[in-house]
Amino acid sequence: MATPHQQMLSEPSIGTSQIPPVAQAAAEPPKTAAPAYKLNSKNLNFFYGSFQALHQISIDITSNKVTAFIGPSGCGKSTFLRTMNRMNEALRNTRVEGDLRLDGANLLEMDVTDVRRRVGMVFQKSNPFPKTIFDNVAYGLRVNGIHKKRVVEEAVERSLDRAALLTEVKDKLHKPASALSGGQQQRLCIARALAVEPEVLLLDEPCSALDPIATLKIEELLFKLKNSTTIVIVTHNMQQAARLADYTGFFLMGKLIEFGDTRKIFQNPGVKATEDYVTGRFG
Amino acid sequence: MMMEISRRRKVINAAMLSLSGICTVLVIGVLFFILGYLLWHGFRSLNWEFFTKLPKPSGESGGGMANAIVGSGKVLLVATLIGVPLGFLAGVYLAEYSGKTFAFSLRYTVDLLNGVPSIVIGIVAYALVVRPMGHFSALAGGVALGIMMIPIAVRTTEEFLRAVPNSLREGAMALGATKAKTVFTVVVPAAISGLASGMMLNLARVAGETAPLLFTALGNTFWSHGWLQPIATLPVMIYNYAIAPEEDLHQQAWAAGFVLLALVLVINITARLIIARGSASSRR
Amino acid sequence: MATTSYAPNVPHRPVVSSLYKRLRGGDEIAYLATLICAVTILLIVALLVVELWSNSRPTIHAFGWHFLVSSTWDPNSGKFGALPFIYGTCVTAALALFIAVPLGVASSIFLAEMAPPGLSNLLTFLIELLAAVPSVIYGLLGIFILVPLIRDYLVPALTKVFGFLPLFQGDFYGVSFLSAGLVLSVMVVPFIVSVSREVLLAVPVEQREAALALGATKWETTWQIVIPNASTGIIGSIFLALARALGETMAVTMVIGNTPKITASLLSPGYSIAAVIANEFAEASGSLYVSSLIFLGLVLFGLTIVINALARIMVLTTAGRRG
Repeated sequence: MATPHQQMLSEPSIGTSQIPPVAQAAAEPPKTAAPAYKLNSKNLNFFYGSFQALHQISIDITSNKVTAFIGPSGCGKSTFLRTMNRMNEALRNTRVEGDLRLDGANLLEMDVTDVRRRVGMVFQKSNPFPKTIFDNVAYGLRVNGIHKKRVVEEAVERSLDRAALLTEVKDKLHKPASALSGGQQQRLCIARALAVEPEVLLLDEPCSALDPIATLKIEELLFKLKNSTTIVIVTHNMQQAARLADYTGFFLMGKLIEFGDTRKIFQNPGVKATEDYVTGRFG
Repeated sequence: MMMEISRRRKVINAAMLSLSGICTVLVIGVLFFILGYLLWHGFRSLNWEFFTKLPKPSGESGGGMANAIVGSGKVLLVATLIGVPLGFLAGVYLAEYSGKTFAFSLRYTVDLLNGVPSIVIGIVAYALVVRPMGHFSALAGGVALGIMMIPIAVRTTEEFLRAVPNSLREGAMALGATKAKTVFTVVVPAAISGLASGMMLNLARVAGETAPLLFTALGNTFWSHGWLQPIATLPVMIYNYAIAPEEDLHQQAWAAGFVLLALVLVINITARLIIARGSASSRR
Repeated sequence: MATTSYAPNVPHRPVVSSLYKRLRGGDEIAYLATLICAVTILLIVALLVVELWSNSRPTIHAFGWHFLVSSTWDPNSGKFGALPFIYGTCVTAALALFIAVPLGVASSIFLAEMAPPGLSNLLTFLIELLAAVPSVIYGLLGIFILVPLIRDYLVPALTKVFGFLPLFQGDFYGVSFLSAGLVLSVMVVPFIVSVSREVLLAVPVEQREAALALGATKWETTWQIVIPNASTGIIGSIFLALARALGETMAVTMVIGNTPKITASLLSPGYSIAAVIANEFAEASGSLYVSSLIFLGLVLFGLTIVINALARIMVLTTAGRRG
């Protein structure tokens, strides 16, 4: 007997009405070869000083799918996200142990700026640079050595289009980014991240500061993006995870409690803690 | 009984408040008096000759301070070339790279340098530049003023770079920018209005300095060519003319004082307005 | 299978990073360049101290520490003593503080406690502009405005009322300890006002409200609660002003009279450390003469360092409590 909560999840919501059967097909394992994994971690541990924030995280992120991390505040989901593009290295006194691979190669030993170009990130609060809209999106390209005017212009337009922002800013590309609304700024940050054509896009609660309409726009563009980019999103909003994600991981106190198909996690979780969380008994 | 006590307290209250107000009026009054008198008297002594002619030999009337105006410009240029890059980059180091202990020692040393009387810095510049060279020069004056510019350059840079929110740094690094590129293409541009106005205030402060130039740049009644000759500067001319016996030179000292003060105040007010506007907009 | 992308315009970098690539990234260069500048500054300050010390050695050799208490300054016969200058520096600074402290603290009270914020900010802005006026301009106004005023109005009044004091005896020619002290007081007032106002504003509003709620008048609250809270910071501002007054050169040398003399009378001309260096350094000849002047500079340097350090400690402890 499905709980009211689970019933609500299985009914189409505003976003899912547009989700074609693709999401449903993912529920059944494809008959063809096993899905390729973009990122793998094995027994990953992470320490802030002497405090261990992540314990033995082992997870496989599937290419061209949306993977969501859910869990209560402080459970480590954002910390793990930030290890995937090594942003935690910028902090003092941190340590990573374990295996982390991108396309099979050891991510922890690659050139860090190369990692960050291939694994992009969008932050919780939008952080556009105090530059023009155009210069914001172009920044990643220029910093990676691409300066040819035509190439940059095309890339900027393309990225703004993929971020569903182009029509709104087409005629004010050289106005400051600060003039945009909150939702537009976040889409600008997505465009900025997309400009360098990352293979993976990490998003850390990208909609938590936005209103429902802005949230909807971002969810729609993420859904389109996954055809070309692997998406990993941390979210507090379980309905969002249910709408968007193909796979979901539940974190608690620095451990990965359960990971798998989104439908299974929400409708038939294997671990009691997961069930408690998704049915709203805590967190 | 109670009524009288409270009346006495009220009287004291009113008296003390008025007294403090009077003191403030006095202080402000002095300011306006200084500015007013200098502007009025100085402006009256100003003429076209002042800006275009060289000083006349003693006894003759007329002449101007053209060489001193240019001379101040030259010395300040040398000072800026020495003090600003050193101070700016050290400030970047403090804000972006440094560890705690080194930062503490550097900050303490810089504050120490800031408190050194300008005449002592003149002595040091004399020992370092004038004595080995054997003569006074614009370079020596520039070195003295440049050393004076360092502390404010360091402190301003560190303060304004630290004020840039970390989210901007993270945004740049997440796109694959190295730390250096992040600092110089995102953080510094974000702080640029504060940095620029800080440098302006710095320049205004050393532009009025006289003591360190007295035995480094010395002075010159003629045009000074190049950078290795003694050179006339506006503040030193004011000093020399003010203590001279001729009334005519006193008039020129007033005119020069007007020009110097006007310059310093304009730069100061502009810089402070930029800072005020910058902090107001970042609070949005 | 790898991802499909729209158009692979951004080149993939090879996994191995070459030295050239690292250099172009700029991290090593930037770190080195900024570190070198920081170290250079430390070296400059060290060099400063070394130069001052080593160039003072001839005088230290010749006179030892006796230099600091001897009062003869006679370049022609090679006799040098620092006492008149130390005396003059201290007297003018003390006089400056005597006038500036009450005036400045009272004004800061007005600006912090009484005046509405808009007026307070405007007036503070103007007072801080006073601090930006170059020293030589103060000297100019001192010579031509202040000294005549003192001569024509202040000194006659002072001698009439206080003439019995040794402070106000003797002839007055205009240039004097008194004139220098007065000019200095105008120059240091902005520092006292600015810093004191800040520490007063930093006293938490809850403290004021507690006193007012008990029925204290505004003045009583200020005097008995706010000022004691801010007292360390105010004393710190006084030390800062003192450091400034000690090192002040141009305005002092233009109105003090430039005569090495130790006397109780404020009406007498005198000399200060900074003034004698400014006046005599350029023409000083003979290594003993020069090194004596430099040693005086070293003394001044040491004095201002100590006072600045004390000031900083005091202001910081008060500001730290703002948390």
